[in-house]
Amino acid sequence: MVALRRLGAMVLTLVISSFVIFAGMYAAPGDPVAFLIGNPENMTPERIAAVRAEYHLDLPFLHQYWIWATDLLHGDFGSSFVYQQPVTDLLGSRLPVTLSLVAYSGVLFIVIGVLLGVVSALRKGTAVDAFITGITTFATSIPNFVVAVVLISVFAVKLRWFSVSGPGEGFLGRIHHLTLPAVALALGAIAVVSRVTRQTMVEQQSLDHVEAARSYGLQSRKTVLRHVLRNSLGPIVTMCGLILAGMLAGTVVVEGVFGLNGIGSLLVEAINTHDFPVVQAILLYMVVAYMAVTVLVDLIYPLLDARVLARSVS
Amino acid sequence: MTVDLSAPVLTATATRRRQEWPFYLSAAVLALAVIAAIFAPVVSPFDPSQTDFGALWQPPNATHWLGTDQLGRDILSRIIHGARPSLLGAIALLAVATVMGVLIGITAAWKGGWVDTALSRVTDVMFAFPGLLFVVLVIAVFDRGQLTSVLGMALAYAPAIAKFTRAIALEEMARPYVDAYRLQGVGGAVLCGKYLLPNLMPTLVGYLVVLFGEGLMSLASLNFLGFGSQPPSSEWGLMVQEGRTGVIQGFVGPALIPGLTIAIVVVATNVIGVRLSDKLAVRK
Repeated sequence: MVALRRLGAMVLTLVISSFVIFAGMYAAPGDPVAFLIGNPENMTPERIAAVRAEYHLDLPFLHQYWIWATDLLHGDFGSSFVYQQPVTDLLGSRLPVTLSLVAYSGVLFIVIGVLLGVVSALRKGTAVDAFITGITTFATSIPNFVVAVVLISVFAVKLRWFSVSGPGEGFLGRIHHLTLPAVALALGAIAVVSRVTRQTMVEQQSLDHVEAARSYGLQSRKTVLRHVLRNSLGPIVTMCGLILAGMLAGTVVVEGVFGLNGIGSLLVEAINTHDFPVVQAILLYMVVAYMAVTVLVDLIYPLLDARVLARSVS
Repeated sequence: MTVDLSAPVLTATATRRRQEWPFYLSAAVLALAVIAAIFAPVVSPFDPSQTDFGALWQPPNATHWLGTDQLGRDILSRIIHGARPSLLGAIALLAVATVMGVLIGITAAWKGGWVDTALSRVTDVMFAFPGLLFVVLVIAVFDRGQLTSVLGMALAYAPAIAKFTRAIALEEMARPYVDAYRLQGVGGAVLCGKYLLPNLMPTLVGYLVVLFGEGLMSLASLNFLGFGSQPPSSEWGLMVQEGRTGVIQGFVGPALIPGLTIAIVVVATNVIGVRLSDKLAVRK
């Protein structure tokens, strides 16, 4: 029942957002025919009529939306005004770069963020804790394009450890090329995750069952891992999921700075060239990606917390 | 290595003394930024768009305290003039988002029932969207520029404010004075505007100040992408974008200085926001 309602809400959200996205592009100023034909010399009435018919521009708004939406359901996103090739091909060639960047960045912020959070929770009130909290507070206040510029000027220009742009060839090459972008993307997230980890672990530490475990003489390491961290996982996983979902739509700036040919730079390019089918497809991808990750987190959550599982079964 | 789970906690007074100085420093930083924005033409040493092709990419020196950029323009003057669009943009963004968010939040909390359900559902859906989506839509329809980027971002921020306002309004409505006014026959709109809202303000202000910093960063990112203010504006995000060409040649100043300015101002607003919410929400 809960799952059904959840599914219904998702479908409704998708329908509404696809409608809003389509309406936005429809309302955009400028006649798409002008972009499609390009050369003003070819602007004959016959040509205009032919292009209008080809792209269904002669139909009423709702009819156009209907055609677009049914094509979407068949996996057809239309074709790009600028590249003259199917949008799906265009997205397919750009998606791997964005996804590997987000995956790399995800590993970085989850591992480092949780680690910093655990350390500062265990050392609460000491200089180490103050240092980590101070650094992370500052890190959340720096826009990621500034971080990117700093990283480029230090590690790519001064030290020459990394190259300035491009996604790189092969697995190792890609890792090498994506390191700076991934760090730039992950920095703010590391700060947020470490703060959430610290907060929940500090709360958990004061609970009776932890006190009991410690009084039984259980090793500190075991107490921390099995009782404190284990019970703190819920909020940490939720936070990581939300950040990851946001990242799938948030690579625009970092891709631009590092010259990566991903979805984000394609979006900027498509907006600049009024390539509406591409803009529509990418916006829809962002909504779907966000929803997919949040649903995934909801599915993982009961596995971490038996109480949630018991509640949803009963 | 064993880890001590019961590390000593600092005494309250020591913590307080240690935490006071960042607040005053941040207040000074913000005051400086505001003064720069208001008196920009008076305090800046040069015209922000005056080019000097004899002095390109200069490092900081006696004439140009922060150096010059790719057109030989004085970076300090550009930063000072850039405070106007940067701060004003964030203020406008927050103002629009707050009016929308607070209206929706209070209405949802006050009316309850299906109005609350409908409004909450809409804000939830909007909240789930990446903020960039609104910006792209608004820019696609109304073309780029400072106004559209501010409006798009305001749409992205409003749902969060609405959610927050609804939550604290529900809490506040449980207090007896609300029922007392209602029994005296005070109408819903008057009660919300005159009595409920002022009591929400203390909690709201701290949250909004922190959002101000976030909004400043988001707007700077949009400007960096070229969707907001256009040259010759010296908005800070735009300055980073223009200075970026120099980074590869080894001239980091023109990109780094505006970038650091943004970071410092945002840190300052965060410190003040957190401090204000601690101080103002004491009664809870």
